[in-house]
Amino acid sequence: MTKAMTGAKMVVQALVDQGVDVVFGYPGGAVLPIYDEIFQQNHIQHVLVRHEQGAVHAAEGYARSTGKLGVALVTSGPGATNAVTGLTDALLDSIPILVLTGQVPTFMIGSDAFQEADTVGITRPCTKHNWLVKDTDDLARTIHEACHVATAGRPGPVLVDIPKDVQFATGTYTTKKARKSRYSPQVKGDITSITELVKAMETAKRPLFYTGGGVVNSGDAASQLLRELVGATNFPITSTLMGLGCYPASGDNWLGMLGMHGLYEANMAMHDCDLMINIGARFDDRITGVIEKFSPHSKKAHIDIDPSSINKVIHVDIPIVGDIAHVLEDLLKVWKSRGRKTNAEGVSNWWDQINTWRSIDCLKFTQTGKIIKPQYALSRLEELTKKHDRYITTEVGQHQMWAAQYLGFENPNRWMTSGGLGTMGYGFPASIGVQMAHREGLVINVAGEASWLMNMQEMGTAMQYKLPVKQFILNNERLGMVRQWQELLHGERYSSSWSESLPDFVKLAEAFGAKGIICSDPDDLDDAIMEMITYDGPVIFDCLVEKHENCFPMIPSGKAHNDMILGENADTANAIVGAGGALV
Amino acid sequence: MSALNIKKGSTSHSAYNLKAAYEDTVERHTLAILVENEPGTLARVIGLFAGRGYNIESLTVAETDHHGHQSRITIVTSGTPQVIEQIKAQLGRIVPVYKVNDLTVEGPSVERELALFKVAGKGDARIEAVRLADIFRANVVDSTLESFVFEVVGTSEKIDAFGELMRPLGLTEVVRTGIAALSRGT
Repeated sequence: MTKAMTGAKMVVQALVDQGVDVVFGYPGGAVLPIYDEIFQQNHIQHVLVRHEQGAVHAAEGYARSTGKLGVALVTSGPGATNAVTGLTDALLDSIPILVLTGQVPTFMIGSDAFQEADTVGITRPCTKHNWLVKDTDDLARTIHEACHVATAGRPGPVLVDIPKDVQFATGTYTTKKARKSRYSPQVKGDITSITELVKAMETAKRPLFYTGGGVVNSGDAASQLLRELVGATNFPITSTLMGLGCYPASGDNWLGMLGMHGLYEANMAMHDCDLMINIGARFDDRITGVIEKFSPHSKKAHIDIDPSSINKVIHVDIPIVGDIAHVLEDLLKVWKSRGRKTNAEGVSNWWDQINTWRSIDCLKFTQTGKIIKPQYALSRLEELTKKHDRYITTEVGQHQMWAAQYLGFENPNRWMTSGGLGTMGYGFPASIGVQMAHREGLVINVAGEASWLMNMQEMGTAMQYKLPVKQFILNNERLGMVRQWQELLHGERYSSSWSESLPDFVKLAEAFGAKGIICSDPDDLDDAIMEMITYDGPVIFDCLVEKHENCFPMIPSGKAHNDMILGENADTANAIVGAGGALV
Repeated sequence: MSALNIKKGSTSHSAYNLKAAYEDTVERHTLAILVENEPGTLARVIGLFAGRGYNIESLTVAETDHHGHQSRITIVTSGTPQVIEQIKAQLGRIVPVYKVNDLTVEGPSVERELALFKVAGKGDARIEAVRLADIFRANVVDSTLESFVFEVVGTSEKIDAFGELMRPLGLTEVVRTGIAALSRGT
């Protein structure tokens, strides 16, 4: 079916056809025709953010918590450039979002017109793909193709740049079904390689599953299959920051997160394993530590939908390109048909070893005195919220790592954090996107005061749409992670890593019409957290915590997994030496 | 040869027991990339090489199938086998890229380049230039009383050699198309 309509109407129609129900955006001259169409319909709700960066992060929060496409709509020029951080964030974390940008009319492109920017040029390296639509007849097809590219294969951000005259002109609408796409990444894994992995699993003495965000992106079926596989084999499992929740934190085989601030037992297991099964992770540098010393004695298998992830950083022995759910389904079939074999004795000894590492209890801390330790604050938050239908977003820094360590996730799509790009200011707008998708859920943004201030303008959005997002700010009046590195690497010279004039967060909340809570006494913490949870509306929770607390355990840069700095009373002087100092 | 006296291609100094395919010797590969001829495709390919720090030794691009909107990009690049493998995988990830062929490893192939040389001179040098051009089967595509423009087609080595010979004979300008390559056979 084809139909004539204006480009602006096509945009709305195409989004409706794609099943989009929420768009986060900010109007401007070059998108006015689209906003006019949005005004005249009821299928799509538009959420007016306070800054375009917020729109893109909100779309990310929506996408990360639902597995569906997130959509943002911004104007040309500054609207588009403000979207760049969010696009890059989504690219590095493989999040499916569509950003629609207005553009100056086609006949003015290249003339340095008012609010003109080379949007497709600027966003080419930070999108999976982008398009400039110069003909209204191509517009609907392009938007459908963009939605397909964003969600197919390894997901990612896409951008469609729409000149204003294309929005005004009338063209022929192409339906979703009429679109033909050439883009179809391989989802089924090679069965020979899968069988090779099964054989390795049958004999491995010290096997380990190392999972990542690819499991979340593959969908719920992937998490279910992963749980079945772990349960049936009794192999231990660890996950990256991005993959938390795919295997439940309460599960018997769970070792906790691995990596730079991962758990001791998880990192030791990575170092000493003889079979590493990477499922949807990408050997990021936060995970591997120094490459030369990374898990030196293991055979490595890698399941990933993106062929460029294979052998990019670490050479693997058994590469399997395919969608996690498809590959795990075949893997289980082959393993079962071959008699469900594992090296039970070897694995049992392996667990004994792991349990001795576990007994070190690397996350232990002691809450004494009248100052709240951040670890204590998060432990209490976990205890008081874990029974709720809970979604956690974070900003970036120490609080993010503590949240990953002390909060437990039972399901995927419940933990939405900026992993790859490490975007301070991501968490608050993301929490708005999450709450839009889950109106009844308890959405908490675990934040540091410095990150949170980067996008605090979104308080207006939270209030306008009555989104009861809880901003749980661990306030140490420091850029905590920067300060920690300065302590470790730069002789405790705290260059620009503290905030001298922080706002009164309670008054700030009140200025927006929200609720502010301040808590500085460990004895008051539980009551204050309960007050935050039960309040029906946005809350800024100013939790004053120990100012110079370090985030441990930690693999210092330039060191191996089995060379960690552990928690309390750690000697931090000269922890990073030599070439490690040049790494981030 | 480095001070360590490591044999070329040796893996014994690596922390990993790397397979032969992961030697750290730098190789030169010719890649044929079939792409959809849409705006920005070349920029995506070039941007990939620039952004990820890969080398481009030669680049040739033109539309090869007008009806199918297809262009063919021939890139000569260099890197360790792991880098070459990564380049191919990254190219394959670009949405409008249909196909990436590594002509260096996928059987025998032919490579040709076209170059134009402007040589200015009088007397013996001028006669010698024409005589050498004849040996190289170069065509004269423009001539004045004081200059020639020669057209040479062949491998890059042949063109390099011709350029070296022309240099003392009054070479003033050169332009090269970059390498075009096809696999041999069907």
